[in-house]
Formats: sequence, C-alpha cells, structure tokens
Amino acid sequence: MSIVRLLIGGATPRALALLAALLAFLVAAPAFLGPYALSVAILILYFAFVGQAWNIMMGFAGQLSLGHALYAGLGGYIAAGLFFHYGIGPWVGAFVAVAVAVLAGCIVGYLGFRFSLAGVYFALLTIAFSEFTRIAFDHWTWAGGSGGLFLKVQGGVTDILNLRGGATLFYYAILILAVGAFVLCRLLLESRLGRYWLAIREDAEAAQAVGVPVFRCKMIAIAISAALTALAGVWNAFYYNNLFPETAFAMGRSIEITLAPIIGGLGTLFGPIVGAVVLTGMGELFTDLTEHLKISGLKQIFYGLALLVIVIWRPAGVWPWLAKRLGVEERGR
Amino acid sequence: MDFALAFAQAITKGLLTGMVYGLMALGLSVIFGVMRVVNFAHGEIMVVGMYLAWLGFELAGVSPLVSLPAIALLFFAAGYALQAGLITPFINRPEHQQFLLLLAIAILLVNVCLVLAGPDARGVQSEAMFDSYAIGPLVLDAVRVHAALAAIAIAGLLWAFFTRTRTGKSIRAAADNHMSALVVGLDVRRLYAFTFGVGSACVGAAGALMITIVPVNPFLAAEYTLLAFVIVIVGGLGSMTGALLGGLLIGVSEAVAGLLLQPSLKSMFSFGLLILVLLLRPQGLFGGKAGT
Repeated sequence: MSIVRLLIGGATPRALALLAALLAFLVAAPAFLGPYALSVAILILYFAFVGQAWNIMMGFAGQLSLGHALYAGLGGYIAAGLFFHYGIGPWVGAFVAVAVAVLAGCIVGYLGFRFSLAGVYFALLTIAFSEFTRIAFDHWTWAGGSGGLFLKVQGGVTDILNLRGGATLFYYAILILAVGAFVLCRLLLESRLGRYWLAIREDAEAAQAVGVPVFRCKMIAIAISAALTALAGVWNAFYYNNLFPETAFAMGRSIEITLAPIIGGLGTLFGPIVGAVVLTGMGELFTDLTEHLKISGLKQIFYGLALLVIVIWRPAGVWPWLAKRLGVEERGR
Repeated sequence: MDFALAFAQAITKGLLTGMVYGLMALGLSVIFGVMRVVNFAHGEIMVVGMYLAWLGFELAGVSPLVSLPAIALLFFAAGYALQAGLITPFINRPEHQQFLLLLAIAILLVNVCLVLAGPDARGVQSEAMFDSYAIGPLVLDAVRVHAALAAIAIAGLLWAFFTRTRTGKSIRAAADNHMSALVVGLDVRRLYAFTFGVGSACVGAAGALMITIVPVNPFLAAEYTLLAFVIVIVGGLGSMTGALLGGLLIGVSEAVAGLLLQPSLKSMFSFGLLILVLLLRPQGLFGGKAGT
C-alpha cells in the first residue's frame, strides 16, 4: 500500500488516467505499428530511458555530466565482448557491464567530488574520462580496436536468453527498462535520498551545513546513473549489433543523452520522456523533409534551429509548460 | 644523435603549432574569464575562420596571412552581434541552458560549413608551403614559423588592448567585479558584447593561421572545441598567459607523443594531462586564482 501511495501520491485522477492510457498504448503498440513507426518508438523509448538515467545526476543531484557515453560505451562493449568471445549471454553480461560502469562512475565521482570540482570543471572531467577511454578502446584488440566489434546477425531467430531477435523483442526490452527507470526515479525522488539530492542541487554548501552527507549522496547518484546508462549501452549494442569506439564513446553520444531531459524539463520525471518524443520526432521529420534534397548537413541545420527556438522559447523545458496545458500539474509542488 | 635531432625537431614543431593553439585558446579564455560563459561553439567558430581563409585563397588567391585582419574584423562584428542578440539573456541563466544555446549555435555553424563546402578536407596549397628555414641542423617549416609569429603579434596586440585602452581596462573591471562595474556606470552589456567580439576575432585569426598548417573539414570543429578546453584548463581558465603557455605545452606534448608513440595516441596524452591538472591543480598550471 505504501509503495502504491509513494508512486501515485500527489497525482490528480486526470493525470493517472492519462498515464494509464499512455502505458496501455505503449504495451499494445507493436500490434498496430508498422516497422518504421516501431523503430521510431524504439528510439524514443531509448532516449527516454537513457535521459532518465542522466537526469538522476543533473536533474536531481545537480551534477553536470557531459561524458555519459563512457558508461553506455563500457556497458555495451563489455556485454558484447563477453558474448562475442565466450558466448556469455547479455543477461549475465549485463551484470558485469553494470559493475564495470558503476566502478568507472565511482572513480570519476570520487575524483571529481573529493576535489570538489563543480559545474563546468566537473563536466570537463567527465568529457576527459570519456575521451580517454575512447582512445584506449581504439587500441584495444580484445574489443576490436578502431575496426569495431560486430555481433552475428541471425535472421528470423528469436532467442530471448541471448537477446537475439526482431524489433518487437527490443521494443519490449527497452519499454521495460524505461518504465522501470521511471518507477525507480519516482521512488528515489520520494525517498530521503531524493530530498537530499534536491537540497544538494539547490545549494550544496547549505545542505552540508545542515548535515546532508553530500559526498555520499553524490556518489550514489553517479553510481545509479552509470548503472542505468550501462544497461542502455548493453541494449544498444545488441540492437545495432556493432560497436565502434569513435561512436560509442564520442562526445556527440554524450550530448545526445543530455538533450531529451534538458529539452523536456530538467529534474522532472516526464521531462526525459517528452524530450525524447520531441527530439526523435523532430529528427525523423527533418530526415523526411531533407531526404530528397540529398544535401548532407541540411537536416542538422533544421535540428540546430529547432534547438535554438526551444532553448529561447522554453528555457525550463517543454514539460512544465505542457503539464499546465494538460492540467496534470502535481499538487503541492 | 639522429634521435636527438628528431626530438628537437618535434619540439620546435610543437612549439610553433602550440602558438596557434594558444591564440585559439586565448579567445575561449577571454570569453570565459569575463562573462563566465563557456563557449561550446568555440571550435566551430575556429573552423568557420579556417573556411573563410581557404575561400579567400581559392577565389582570389589571397594568402590567409593577408586576409587575416579582414577575417578578424568580420568575426569581431559577428561575435558582438551574437552576444548582443542571443547570448545576453542567458548570462545569468543556469549552465545547462547556456550549454544548450551554444550547442545549437555550434550545430548550425558546423553544418552550414558542411552544406556549403562538403565533407572533404580543404587545404591551402602554395609554393611557400615547401619553404623552410634552417637553424643549424634544425629545419623549420616556413608556414609554421609565419603562423607562430603572427599568433605572437596578435597576442601582443590583445595584451596591449587589455592593459592600455580604456575599453580593455573597463572589460577587466567588469570581469573582476560585475556589481561594482555597474555601480560606477560601466555599460556592462556593451562590454560583454565587445568581449565576445574580441574572443571571436582571436579564434577567427587563429583559424586563418591554422589553415596554413592543417587542411580543414567540418568534423575538426568538435575536436578544436575540446582542444581549446583542454588548453585553457591546463593553463588556467581566465588567465591570458596561461592560455598561451597551455597552448605551447599541448602543442609540444602532441608532437612528442606523435614521435614516441603512435600519432593516434597523441590526444590521450592531452586528456591525461587534463585529468591530472583538474584533480591536482584545478586553477591551472599557470593560473593564480583558484578555479570556481
């Protein structure tokens, strides 16, 4: 009962009804979506999930990470490498992947927070670690070096134990992850730890002064965030079946992860989801618009313009504005 | 003996390239030091400068060293307008909003270059490229020497601007204490626009110099942004001499890493250095004040 109250407390009946309808739609979606629409839905869920993971650090605890590709890349590479070299399936591999990513997160966090790097300086530290790892993977033959790591594609085989199969399998896998992360974040926000995070985000020194264990709370934030991001990396590696250091650890990948929550609304639970819909929708729309023109870069220009408009028009994100329109603002917040 | 010579050669090459790196980083450092805005579009502005210098050479045969003042002036105006028009409302906003704004600008700049010039590398090729100066057994590429000398001259001009002119001194005053600058009646918004203009002019000039050494493609932009960050953090954010010395240090470390290890490992060296500096001396090797 108390868990239920934690989950839905404060939400209006109207908001709950809308949420239930959304969930029902998502569960039933593969039955009526075509292959193209399904692939777009998969992309949206992926960005919603990984955005939720990043949001824990930046949106809740206020620590700007621009190097989250590190955890996704490590997760993907480790699970894919274990499967490729030793035939160890991703369900086991994911545990190793998460463990390594959490360790990496703790190293970055320990160094950053111990030396109290904040803001831009901490962000640069995360970028540096991600770039450092990218170059290391470029020269690591176990992981395929710069030539990349490829997983065998077996057409028509559905093997849930090894996460091999078609789009529907991956759709449900990422849906479960995204819903799980959403529930987890809600529970975290309602917990003592969540309140501590918000206190740290608003004013770390004041939080320290009133006895919030600032360092430990930040470490927990980066560990949880890295763990979830690593799972996204594992999923990503098995969905696309290939990994290259140049893309897996690229700064562009890290930035991609940050966009959905920033555009949707930092620190909100629905921000990453709304942001993922907006960004993926825009991306697909501009792809369609510019496809027949065959000019590379044109799509990105539209994309950049759209980002510019959003950040000028809705600097706090789309969700707070949308929530007001839908009449689903939470009570007492 | 051969190795000693190759080593000395690599170090001088690194020092010369490092001067241009330093000028690029100087632009970033000036903007951050005064406004506390991190210019995530820095490498993109640099690449636009490289393309303009290349264009001048392709269309009219103008050497980048000759078109440099025009490019710097143009970039000053563009930077001024950008700050006055777009960035000013974001000065006191949270960091992530500034980041998103400059990221959007970066995406626009780099893709306009991609649409107009294509993904292929564009370089400036002339006979002067093969000239060289010999100092004893050392052979220095003429283009590198010219670029380094020009970078030093521009840095000197900048130093004179910040220490000798009224506007330069006012900018430093506004950087030291925003509130007091407002109290004594400085037009801080105009000074900020001026600062972004000066920073852009610096990086535009660095671009015009860089194109004489390295061919340009749109994908270099993100690399230069990162490189500029590495340099200013290593040297000390907001410190002018720090940016220049940091540029030299990174230039030399890249050249030496390229000689001793594989060239593809050279940036690992820079990022390793960045991590060490961030942890042990976050105010930078040459920065006086602690970084906050």
